[in-house]
Amino acid sequence: MKLHGIKAPHKKNTADCEPVRIPIPKTVTIPMSMHIGKPAKPIVKKGDTVKVGQLIGEPDGFVSSTIHSSVSGKVTKVDDMISSMGMKIQCITIESDGQQTLSEEVKAPKVTDFESLKTAVKASGVVGLGGAGFPTFVKLSVKDLEKVEAVVINAAECEPYITSDTRTMMDNGDYVFKGIDALRKYMKVKRFIIGIENNKKDAIAKMQELASKTKDVEVHVLPSIYPQGGEKVLVFNTMGRVIPKGALPLDVGAVVINVTTLAFIGHYLEDGIPLVEKCITVDGSAIKEPKNVIAPIGTSIADLIEAAGGYKTEPKKILYGGPMMGIAVPSNAEPVLKNTNAIIAMDEKEAMPKKTTACIGCGACLNHCPFRLDPRAIAKAYQLDRGEDLEKLCVDLCMECGCCSFVCPANRPLVQTNKLAKIKLRAYQTKKKAEAEKEGK
Amino acid sequence: MAKLISNVSPHFSGKRTTQNIMLDVIIALMPAAVASVIIFGLRALVVEVVCVATCVASEFLFEKLCKRDCTVFDLSAVVTGLLLAFNLPVSIPIWQAVIGSIAAIIVVKQLFGGIGQNFANPAITARIIMLVAFAGSMSNWSKPVDWSRSVYGADAVSGATPLAAAAKGQTEFMPDYLTLFLGHHGGCLGETCALAIILGGLYLLVRGIISWHTPVAFIATVALMSLICGKDVLYQLLSGGLLLGAFFMATDYATTPSTKWGKIVFGIGCGLVTILIRFWGNLPEGVSYSILLMNILTPYISKLTQQKPLTGGVKV
Repeated sequence: MKLHGIKAPHKKNTADCEPVRIPIPKTVTIPMSMHIGKPAKPIVKKGDTVKVGQLIGEPDGFVSSTIHSSVSGKVTKVDDMISSMGMKIQCITIESDGQQTLSEEVKAPKVTDFESLKTAVKASGVVGLGGAGFPTFVKLSVKDLEKVEAVVINAAECEPYITSDTRTMMDNGDYVFKGIDALRKYMKVKRFIIGIENNKKDAIAKMQELASKTKDVEVHVLPSIYPQGGEKVLVFNTMGRVIPKGALPLDVGAVVINVTTLAFIGHYLEDGIPLVEKCITVDGSAIKEPKNVIAPIGTSIADLIEAAGGYKTEPKKILYGGPMMGIAVPSNAEPVLKNTNAIIAMDEKEAMPKKTTACIGCGACLNHCPFRLDPRAIAKAYQLDRGEDLEKLCVDLCMECGCCSFVCPANRPLVQTNKLAKIKLRAYQTKKKAEAEKEGK
Repeated sequence: MAKLISNVSPHFSGKRTTQNIMLDVIIALMPAAVASVIIFGLRALVVEVVCVATCVASEFLFEKLCKRDCTVFDLSAVVTGLLLAFNLPVSIPIWQAVIGSIAAIIVVKQLFGGIGQNFANPAITARIIMLVAFAGSMSNWSKPVDWSRSVYGADAVSGATPLAAAAKGQTEFMPDYLTLFLGHHGGCLGETCALAIILGGLYLLVRGIISWHTPVAFIATVALMSLICGKDVLYQLLSGGLLLGAFFMATDYATTPSTKWGKIVFGIGCGLVTILIRFWGNLPEGVSYSILLMNILTPYISKLTQQKPLTGGVKV
């Protein structure tokens, strides 16, 4: 069996650009929610002086994350802002003093066992850096370590344009393996699989060279078929296992971790500097000089792009992440987040959505869906308000990778319909459950 | 800074559009169009132009009248016109071709909601309407044109189609394989030249516009059944509208199943009905009827052959 996918253009223009550090911006805006889960609680107030790496946001609940200051300076504002997802989020604005003084809190963590490793990872504030932003320590909080057969390291980087993971492997390959060492030692993992798409020859060579010094690390070279880096797709293509609907990779014996996340952990264990800066690919048709940059978290997109060389033409669309799953931001005042791996600015030609026409029933959508869903039938069930059909069609399986919309000759917004259909399905299921409970009484 | 566009991902789309799919189909039909003119004379070109023009015009006017979005630029009406012309004899009166084209676009396509919504193939259904309405002129098979005598073609000389000759056992009218392959015999405009149709079909396959499942299942079923029934297999494959139907009409997107297995079932069904009509029916040819019948069954086939979402069984 083979999973479907698409041959999206690669556009890895920046694969050879070693990341450069941008000048420290005058101000940074750090949202309290850059992860999946509950937003963090701010622990600083207006007027406070903060230093680089100082804790400014405390996790609220289990699935949450710590947040640290990315600059040294003065807190000028702690208030609500509308995020790019349209939700109100508390943000801390810090005016930089340009000194970048490291906080006294920063010191290498003492890790002696699995518990202290988890504590360290939690304290580092790291979240899934591939884009999802799921708190990494939650992922590592495995109750039964026996269940972990392999750690799958996601280095597929299947989105067009983005090369920040490629640069991690090229420039910080040693740290990837330091991360592996830690997991081997404290999590007792016996097998590591690094999954890389075959369009990253240099990174593959580097990983293979480093892997040859170990016995338990395999480098899986995967075809460049989008969405190779989807969690379920990657586990299937490296381990041959299907993660059931509603289950986690752990249920089939896998822990999937992004390569940059792992390299960060390797780095953190050495010097204890929390997640305060990020390597970001700046590219797109509106960008003058596509390149990789390292920017403090909270830098506004406007500052970031200016520091990276500015625009070639006026941008019409700016994305967090790649063009297949990236989020179009409402303005360039939005800050760089923990899980931002690319900022793509598109000119008018690239940005303009094409006109939607009638479905011609070609079946390209269902013949390209990695999970074999039928977006055409889902759209119909959605329009007709049939929750029961949506349940049968398993729309909740959809990972919104965008293959269906990409191949649709009529440019139908199939991902959008799927997203809406998921909401409708959830409402239907809640209603059904409530009705069942009522009858039960 | 000017306002940014903010829409749902993906922000990239593939190169394929409805228009360039239809353009590819038109390109694939070109060898057969050229062959039809060489075989039947310039009147073949006249019939093709009339059908295409009428189809495009009726689509345009109907959509204007109903205040629908104009879809003539997606070129699907051109494809319908060409396919309908390919299914007509060269001697067809022009007014009949016009009526057929109007029926294809307005009755079969637009009344059901336009492109993608029709349940039956417009060209095939229109041909069947014409077979019933104009039985005489629809079975008046001109012999191939003799270019030394006339360039227009469509003279009164009538000849039987290879399938009719075979059905009646008139061996003297049955052409040899090479003649069949090159299409130099009586029949519908675009269906006689097997070589041209295969070329076009291969183009569609290479371009990924159609998949191999339907044509292979269709043709293989006809071949196998002919063999079982003790008929001349190659003769059955090369004559009639089988190849045109298998490559161009049984692969129509809107009216056939989308999944791999659906396409295979559809092709086998078409093959079986074709054989039933050819060997046991009253008509010499049954490709059009077989495709129409299977078009009607498409929703059921689609339902039965739906691909299973990759749920990985029940939740563990």
